[in-house]
Amino acid sequence: MALLEVKGLRAKVGDKEILKGVDLTVNVGEVHAIMGPNGSGKSTLANVLAGRLNYEVIGGKVLYEGKDLLAMKPELRAREGLFLAFQYPVEIPGVGNAYFLKSALNSIRRHRGQDELDAMDFMNIVTDKMKLLGLDESFLGRSLNDGFSGGEKKRNEIFQMAVLEPRLAVLDETDSGLDIDALRIVANGVNTMRAKDRAIVVVTHYQRILNYITPDFVHVLVNGRIAKSGGRELALELEKRGYGWVEEEASHAPAAVS
Amino acid sequence: MTDVADPREPYLADFARVEREFYGDDPSWLRETRRKALATFHELGFPTQKHEMWKYTNVAPITRTKFTPAVTIPGNGLPAEKLGPVVFGKFEGSELVFVNGRFSRTLSSVRGVADGVRLGSLAEALRERPSEVQPYLAKTARYDANPFTALNTAFLQDGAFIHVPPGRIVEEPVHLLFVSTSRQEPAVAYPRNLFVLEEGAQLTVTESYAGLDAGVYFTNAVTEAAVKGGAVLDHYKLQRESERAFHVATLEIEQGRGTNVSDGSFSLGGGLVRNDVNQRFTAEGGEIAMNGLYSVTGLQHVDNHTRIDHLTPHCTSRELYKGILDGRARGVFYGNIIVHPGAQKTNAVQTNKNLLLSKEALVDSIPGLQIYANDVKCKHGSTTGQIDEDSVFYLRSRGIDAETARAILTYAFAREVVDLVRVPAMRATLGVLLLSRLPNSEAVREAL
Repeated sequence: MALLEVKGLRAKVGDKEILKGVDLTVNVGEVHAIMGPNGSGKSTLANVLAGRLNYEVIGGKVLYEGKDLLAMKPELRAREGLFLAFQYPVEIPGVGNAYFLKSALNSIRRHRGQDELDAMDFMNIVTDKMKLLGLDESFLGRSLNDGFSGGEKKRNEIFQMAVLEPRLAVLDETDSGLDIDALRIVANGVNTMRAKDRAIVVVTHYQRILNYITPDFVHVLVNGRIAKSGGRELALELEKRGYGWVEEEASHAPAAVS
Repeated sequence: MTDVADPREPYLADFARVEREFYGDDPSWLRETRRKALATFHELGFPTQKHEMWKYTNVAPITRTKFTPAVTIPGNGLPAEKLGPVVFGKFEGSELVFVNGRFSRTLSSVRGVADGVRLGSLAEALRERPSEVQPYLAKTARYDANPFTALNTAFLQDGAFIHVPPGRIVEEPVHLLFVSTSRQEPAVAYPRNLFVLEEGAQLTVTESYAGLDAGVYFTNAVTEAAVKGGAVLDHYKLQRESERAFHVATLEIEQGRGTNVSDGSFSLGGGLVRNDVNQRFTAEGGEIAMNGLYSVTGLQHVDNHTRIDHLTPHCTSRELYKGILDGRARGVFYGNIIVHPGAQKTNAVQTNKNLLLSKEALVDSIPGLQIYANDVKCKHGSTTGQIDEDSVFYLRSRGIDAETARAILTYAFAREVVDLVRVPAMRATLGVLLLSRLPNSEAVREAL
């Protein structure tokens, strides 16, 4: 059974249909890259998977471990092992990074029937992972993303992912706004998360991050549909030739059967 | 409740009786002050909503109710265990307890107070050492504009009197607890606090107002603080009256050269609440942090009026008031910072933020700055909104359920003001009170 099966997924924001029939299958152990020009629906796909409310699903289905993902509340998806690294992480003054993350981790552990962690266990878990992401001690005491630089926010997303250990991680343009050093740190964090029982979906506009995170599959999303799929080499071709030729091909292809 | 043609009449009649029966031994200067204040009240009358300062608060529910002066009702005895629910869980320093407006020696404890510091009941000070009180009483708290302050001044009898001599530091906080108990008929108490900080003195004081049962009563409180050159005052007030109680309170602060004042006002209880905080800089180099939080629900109405007068140059004021409104509650923030001619290099920031948790809750936010000097840095801002849905989604996407996420965000909103309180016992109590109003408070506590 595939970890994630997206079939004919259609979604709109307001009156605008953004996803027009997305098909995608992701198995555990795989890393997928979803690429595409601006406005093609990449972020919409990521957010629909995580359950953001302002996107309305109008067709198709999504199975996660064989279960109907779209019927689950966002918190249930998280507890079942889905993680979205946000393109724009929200700043929440007054909520501490550490306490928040401990609370999130314990809600997931409770769901799995595991014991809750106390402060000591939690610190043991996070210390190494903070080092991995180049975050210093003071970070834990700060408010959630409050006053963080763009790079710090993205590192925090990957740090959270490392602590929560999802089955399926969806990274929504985690590379955007990162300088090359930060990109390396983030990519390294993601690479250490690659595992036989986990899948990672990297949503990105640029193939730059794929120099560090080597995908098993690359998909090009154009106008709300996956127009082309391939291996690592497809990303390199897109880097060289841009998205124009895929868009061109897609416009000549027959409309997807709905 | 009795309908009366002229709502002032019962107060005038009560005054005549109380003056004769209870205030007969007062020094003549005090009797004169009372009469002047009563005459001012008579002249001003109760405010109506036509008055700019009372536009958002209708005091008719107060004027329609007949309140008996608490001083005329015998007995202020109360077993100590009754105070359990409203005292700070664990605190350092002294605690003065007032029951229905009157000092209770048996419930109070004074400790660790430096030589020469006066700390105790105002009634006792007026009886035993009136000359120590006379130079200050009703000097900072002006009663010429606010009829409730005038009424308090006419009827004042007890409260806390704290006088810190030059250079003395009261190391541990002083806690003032004003509790009200239900009487057969609605009663009115007029707590009056007077703090005098001489040059270089330091004092931390908290005021708590609490109802011990669900009765109707009226607290009309006035606190005045004279803060002289170089003195430091931390002052916090926690208002947790019963839900049918009326609470009208004025705090007046006057700051001398190079003084530093931190004020925090927390309004959680009461049915109809009006808080006035008025502050004046009368010499250069003063600083004040004036903060407040009001959190109300049901049919509660809480009105906060603040005024800061920059009369002199080189003073700094930082004002932050936040409101959380649920149910059909109504909140008011009215802020007025006045930078007077010549008050150059004034630095003033005023912020009001409101969080509406229900569609029926309402807030009127009227920030204000009047600037009559040309070399100043001033700004003000006001926001009113609901819980940010993007933040809710962010927390949910990490496995936290929606209700807990909302509660966490509500508490986080309040926390900014709570964290400014420098008295641990007060901060802890505020945390407990605010959390107890939220769903899933255990989960919220874990996340903070």
